Amino acid sequence: MTRHADPNLYDFWPYEHRPKIVWPGGKKLAFWIAPNIEYYEFDPPANPSRKPWPRGNPDVVAFSQRDYGNRIGHLRLMELLDKYGLRGSVSLNIALIDHHPEIIEDCVKRNWEFFSHGIYNTRYSYGMSEDAERSMLHDCIMSVEKMTGQRIRGYLAPALTHTERTIDLIAENDFWYTCDLFQDDQPQPLKTTSGKLVSLPYSLEINDVITYGALAQSPARYTDVLKRHFDQLLEEGEQSGTVMCIPLHAYLVAQPHRIAAFEDALQHITSHADDVWFATGAEIAQYFRETYWDQSIQDIRTRGVPRAGTGFANLSGHP
Amino acid sequence: MMPDTYEHRRYGNDHDRYGWDYSARRAPLRIGGEVKAGAFIVVPLEFFPLNPSGKPFLHPGAMVTPYPDLRHYTTRDYGLRVGVYRILKELESRGLKATFAVNALLLDYCAPLIDRIRAAGHEIAAHGLSTDHIHHAGLSLDEERHLISETCARFDAHGLRPTTWMSPARTQSFNTPDLVREAGFTACLDWEMDQVPIAMKTNHGALDCLPLLNELNDVNLLTGKRQTESEWVAQILAAARLLLDEHARRGAQLFGFTLTPYVVGQPFRIHALRELLDALVRQEQLLLTSASDLLDAFKQPAE
Repeated sequence: MTRHADPNLYDFWPYEHRPKIVWPGGKKLAFWIAPNIEYYEFDPPANPSRKPWPRGNPDVVAFSQRDYGNRIGHLRLMELLDKYGLRGSVSLNIALIDHHPEIIEDCVKRNWEFFSHGIYNTRYSYGMSEDAERSMLHDCIMSVEKMTGQRIRGYLAPALTHTERTIDLIAENDFWYTCDLFQDDQPQPLKTTSGKLVSLPYSLEINDVITYGALAQSPARYTDVLKRHFDQLLEEGEQSGTVMCIPLHAYLVAQPHRIAAFEDALQHITSHADDVWFATGAEIAQYFRETYWDQSIQDIRTRGVPRAGTGFANLSGHP
Repeated sequence: MMPDTYEHRRYGNDHDRYGWDYSARRAPLRIGGEVKAGAFIVVPLEFFPLNPSGKPFLHPGAMVTPYPDLRHYTTRDYGLRVGVYRILKELESRGLKATFAVNALLLDYCAPLIDRIRAAGHEIAAHGLSTDHIHHAGLSLDEERHLISETCARFDAHGLRPTTWMSPARTQSFNTPDLVREAGFTACLDWEMDQVPIAMKTNHGALDCLPLLNELNDVNLLTGKRQTESEWVAQILAAARLLLDEHARRGAQLFGFTLTPYVVGQPFRIHALRELLDALVRQEQLLLTSASDLLDAFKQPAE
């Protein structure tokens, strides 16, 4: 298989001087919160590309810390978001519906949105056949619909693992947005073979898996990063509407020594309600698709660097 | 067993690229104008391919997870699409010029960015072909010459004739200085052995080396070493103040630091760049500019 240097999923588009986006109600920044509600298998099958538990199966501390998130952490987060009148957009490992339906019921009660984060966070897309990936997506759509009546519209690949077909397949299955790409602070149309798929800003930089997990930051530092990130994007949203997402993992952010730091940031953010659209992923994606899709494509053609082809296809002439 | 031999054991360096010139024994450098010290800004614009060969090593910031690592590819690309525009705004609102060190493979990909940098009067330096085209001693002379001529051809096609060279990953072979000088480059940002420009010997004439400080590299400090933004700012300011303080004894000295778009250009970090630039601009006897402008200033003799 030829491995491509450039995925060609979107075209270069300078951040400066883009046509103005105004969010509903004249808001400058679309803000959404994405709690990851995940199931990591206790004894996952081996994958040739990646070891599910780096220390080997079973990893009791790592497993049980994540289970703490499911038993206690999500509830703590739900109560906190209730306090500020915020809804979550759940990045859901679909198997959790079977394992812990009580959590799903609590999300449904709150009118939260669900999007797919694969079946388990310990199953990877690497090396998946097209049929297997299709049937996994179908399982995700049907399982959530059966449990909640909701048709999922967003995707974040399980453990951020992909095939070259992933983005085309979700577009083909009428997903509206993907959280898998990190190239921008505004939504952008993606170059898929069919459908109308938006790259919606999620975040790794302010994701608790990075700030608390990979970087071992203190709670005070986490709060500071969130506030500064918000302040900058709100200021820029005056020129053209920006998007800020706070991805969460209850097993990290809802630890007893950390939840107050998150609340501190939420207080700051919700104090700017005049300028901020508190939305879900699908609401932002839908509004962008209906209002700014054509304008964005036109501007990319005019001021960006449009290139032929779609993702991982027709790449001749690229580096 | 044969005893070890030490064929280069002698007074001075064990290579001939530049002479041993002990700072205690040389006259302080006096340059024209009010300038007592200089700092140059380097903004690397890098292409991180989704399919790196990793030869002879994976460039810092290269792909991490199995193919296709869309996560790291797009995170690096964020710098080119968004982060660099924040840096440009902060530089230009203070009237500052910087050196943008560009991987030649990016010139077509983000042509509007290159045009905009050029129109604003910043320096554009050649930064090789890409992060996956590292110059190293495992390349033959012809292979490396080809990398450089390919780089130059791509700049030529955009009407650009950069005079400053920075190697990908600031890594060289034993031949790199000769080959980049042969290709017409007159300044190089790979070597950092002094606090004044050093004219390196090559078989095609002199190549001026300006010290870009690896110990102030923003990728290392802010991501690798996990320092805070305020720690990063404090260190660059400390360097500038020390050189100003030393002026009476040691004369004019300079250093460079990087502003990497995918790191410094993050929304939560850009405030630190504002604080840094404001504090540097307040140092009236510090010349803060691009590498080539600073080199020119350091070549102006005192009146």
